[in-house]
Amino acid sequence: MKQILSGNEAIARGAHEAGVKVASAYPGTPSTEILENITRYPEIDAAWATNEKVALEVGIGASFGGARTLVTMKHVGVNVAADPLFTLSYTGVRGGLVLVTADDPELHSSQDEQDNRNYAKFAKVPMLEPSNSQECKDFTKLGFELSEKYDTPVLLRTTTRISHSKSIVELDDNVAQTPQTGLFKDPAKYVMLPGNARVRHKIVEERLVQLSQDAASMAVNRIEMRDTKVGVITAGVSYQYVREVLPEASVLKLGLVHPLPHDLIREFAGKVEKLFVVEELDPFIEEQVQAMGIEVTGKEILSLCGELTPGRLKQGFGLPASAESAVDKLPGRPPNMCPGCPHRGVFYTLNKLKAYVCGDIGCYTLGFMPPLSAMDSCICMGASIGMATGASKVVSPEERKKVVGVIGDSTFLHTGVNGLIDLVYNQSTATIIILDNRITAMTGRQENPGSGHTLMGEATNAIDFTMLCKAIGVKHVRTINPLDLAECEKVIKEEMERPEPSVIITDKPCVLIKTEGVFTKGDTLCVEEDACVGCRACLKIGCPAIEWVPDSGKKGKAKIDPLLCNGCDVCRQLCKFSAIGVAK
Amino acid sequence: MSGKVTNVLLVGVGGQGILLASEVLSEACMLAGFDVKKSEIHGMSQRGGSVVSHVRYGEEVFSPIVPEGEGDLLFGFELMESYRSLPLLRPGATVVANDLCIPPPSVLMGNEAYPEGLDQKIAQKFPDFILVDGLKLANEAGNPRAANTVLLGAVSKRLNLEERYWLEAIERMVPKKALEVNLKAFAAGRNL
Repeated sequence: MKQILSGNEAIARGAHEAGVKVASAYPGTPSTEILENITRYPEIDAAWATNEKVALEVGIGASFGGARTLVTMKHVGVNVAADPLFTLSYTGVRGGLVLVTADDPELHSSQDEQDNRNYAKFAKVPMLEPSNSQECKDFTKLGFELSEKYDTPVLLRTTTRISHSKSIVELDDNVAQTPQTGLFKDPAKYVMLPGNARVRHKIVEERLVQLSQDAASMAVNRIEMRDTKVGVITAGVSYQYVREVLPEASVLKLGLVHPLPHDLIREFAGKVEKLFVVEELDPFIEEQVQAMGIEVTGKEILSLCGELTPGRLKQGFGLPASAESAVDKLPGRPPNMCPGCPHRGVFYTLNKLKAYVCGDIGCYTLGFMPPLSAMDSCICMGASIGMATGASKVVSPEERKKVVGVIGDSTFLHTGVNGLIDLVYNQSTATIIILDNRITAMTGRQENPGSGHTLMGEATNAIDFTMLCKAIGVKHVRTINPLDLAECEKVIKEEMERPEPSVIITDKPCVLIKTEGVFTKGDTLCVEEDACVGCRACLKIGCPAIEWVPDSGKKGKAKIDPLLCNGCDVCRQLCKFSAIGVAK
Repeated sequence: MSGKVTNVLLVGVGGQGILLASEVLSEACMLAGFDVKKSEIHGMSQRGGSVVSHVRYGEEVFSPIVPEGEGDLLFGFELMESYRSLPLLRPGATVVANDLCIPPPSVLMGNEAYPEGLDQKIAQKFPDFILVDGLKLANEAGNPRAANTVLLGAVSKRLNLEERYWLEAIERMVPKKALEVNLKAFAAGRNL
C-alpha cells in the first residue's frame, strides 16, 4: 500500500517494520513527530525522556537487553547525548540501536545550524542520510541491520526538509522478527574501564575500515551515469536539488555518508571531467575527497551557511535565475505569544522592573520580541540558571538585584535543575522564575514529568516544583498567578531585592492545552469605545487580540478581537480608564 | 500524464489551517496517480507567523520545495501573505487569494499601517487572479470554519486534477460530522 508520509512519519513506520521494541526521545523541532507517530504502533514501548542524554541511556539499556531501539532528537540534542554516544561507539550494541539526529540548516527553529555529520566522524560511527520519505523508512530498517552486523550504534541524519516534507512511501506489512530480549552479561564489552576500553578502541578503528570497504558495494551508495562533463557527489535533500537543477549531470548518490566509500569515489571521479560536491553547511564530504588527493569543487561555489534551495544551487553553478517579480516592502509577520499566554504578564513585569534576564529555550524566548523586549541572553536548553549564577558573580551588589533567570517547566527538568543545585550549593543570589505552563509548548504540546501524563496519555506522577526546589535548598520559593500584574510585580520585585537564592513559580497553563479541565478560557473582553482615551497602555503587552484603530476618535482607539481573546484579563489591568470590560 | 511538474504554493498565517489544505491537495494528487511532494516549515506555525507550504506534483518530482520563480499557482489564505509570496511565482501564474486581512504585530500596535490596494497590485502583476470571499461563502454553506474548503474548491478548478479525486481526498481527510458542510463549501468554491 502507498501512503503520503513525512520523513518523520516514515522513520516511525520504519521502526515498526524493523521490529523495534523501545523508542525514547526528547522533543525538538524538526524531530518531534517521530516519537508522536510511534505511538501508532502499540508493540513499541515509547516514552519522552527528561532530556536527550537520558533518552540515549534508556536506549542503550534496552539495546544491551537485546531489543532493537530507536532514539530521536534534534541536532543540538546530540550535544546533550554526546557523552553516552561516544562510549557507546566503543561498547557497540546488542539489539540494534539507531539514533536519529534531525538537523536544522537555515535555523528554522533552532539556536544554531551545526552540521551533525561531524558527530559521525567524531564518535566513529556510521551515518545514513535519506533523501526522501521512502528512504527515511528504508534507511531506518537498514540502520538496524548495519547496527547489528557491525556491532555499532548507527546515526540516521535528517534535515528539516527531509523530516517535514511529505512524499509517497510504499508500506510493508511484514514486521521483522527479532530475538527474545533478556539480561546478558559481557563485562569486557559493556564495562568501559580503561583496560576494557583500550581493547574496544582498536575494534572501533577496524570496524570503520571494514565499513568503508563494504560501503562501495552497498546499494544505498550508487553511481548514476548521465553526461560525463559534470559529476556530482551528493546526499540527502541536496540530491533532490541536484536532480532538479542539473538533470544531465552524473551523480554519485551517497546513502551512507560516514564512513565514505573511497573506492566508489575514486571510480566515479575517474569517469567524469569535472567533479563537484553538493552539500549543505560544512564541507564534510568535500574535505575527505580532497584528502584522497582528488580535485573537487564545493564550498567555493556554495555557502557554508543556511540550507540549499534550487535557486541557490543554480546560482552556485552560474545558471540563469528565474525572473522574480519584485514586491513592495511589507510589515513583517514574526511569531508571537498566543492571546492569553501566561508568559506575557511576567515579561511585561520584567521589562518594567528593568531586569537583566538570562533566558532559555521555549515559547517564552519570544519574550525577546518587542514590545515585551525582556530577554538579554539565550544560549541553550537549561542555560538560564547557570548564566544567572555567573552574571551575579561579577557585578556590583546593586546590579546583582537585576539578574533574573527565566526557564520553562520542561526545560527546567531537562537540564535546568542542575543549574539550580549549583546556584544554591555555591550560594549565589540570582532570582529564578520557573514558567510552569504544564506542557512542553514550543514543540507542539508534549507531556513532560511536570504535566502528570506520559507520551501515551497515561496518568503519572507530576513533579511538585515547590518541593523539588525546597529539597535542593532554596529557602524562598513562591508561587504566583502570572495573569495578576500587581502580584507579579510585588513578588518579583521583593525576590529581586533579596540577597539570597529564590525561586518564583508561575501556575497558569498554556492556552493551547486541550486536555479537559487544564486551561479554562476567561470572559471575552472588549474595549468600551466611549471610555477609551487612546493612551495605548494595553498595547504594551503585544497581545495579538488587541488592535490599534488609528482613525477611531481623535487619536485612535484600541479594539479587541472577540474571536481571538482568551480572557486572560492582563490588558484590563493595564487600563487606567476602565475602558476594558467583559464583552456582552 | 505530462512530464511537467505543477508547482503550488499555499500561504497564509499560522493557525489558518494551511497544512490541512495542503494535505488534501497532496492526497488528491496521489489518488490521481501523480508523484507528489509537499514541504513546509511548522516549528512556529501555531504562533501567528507567516506560513508557506509547497506542493509539487507530476510524473516524477525531485525537489520538495518549489524552485524560486517557478510557482504555477498561488493559493493565498490572507491578502498580505499572498502579495508577499509573489516572487515565488513564474510570470503568468494563477493567484487564488482569500479576501481577508490579518494585521501583523506591528500593525496591531499602530506602528505601521496594513498596506492598501494589495488586490489591485496582485491583479496588475498576475492578471489570472481571483479574489474569493471565503468567509462569506463558507457562511452560506453552513459553517464559517469551512472557508478553507471554499478556497480549495476555487483552486481545484484551476488544477488539472479530476473532481472525483478532490472529493475522495476530502472524504479521507475531513472528520465525518463536518463532511457535508465541507463538500458544500467545496462546491461553492469550485463554481466560482
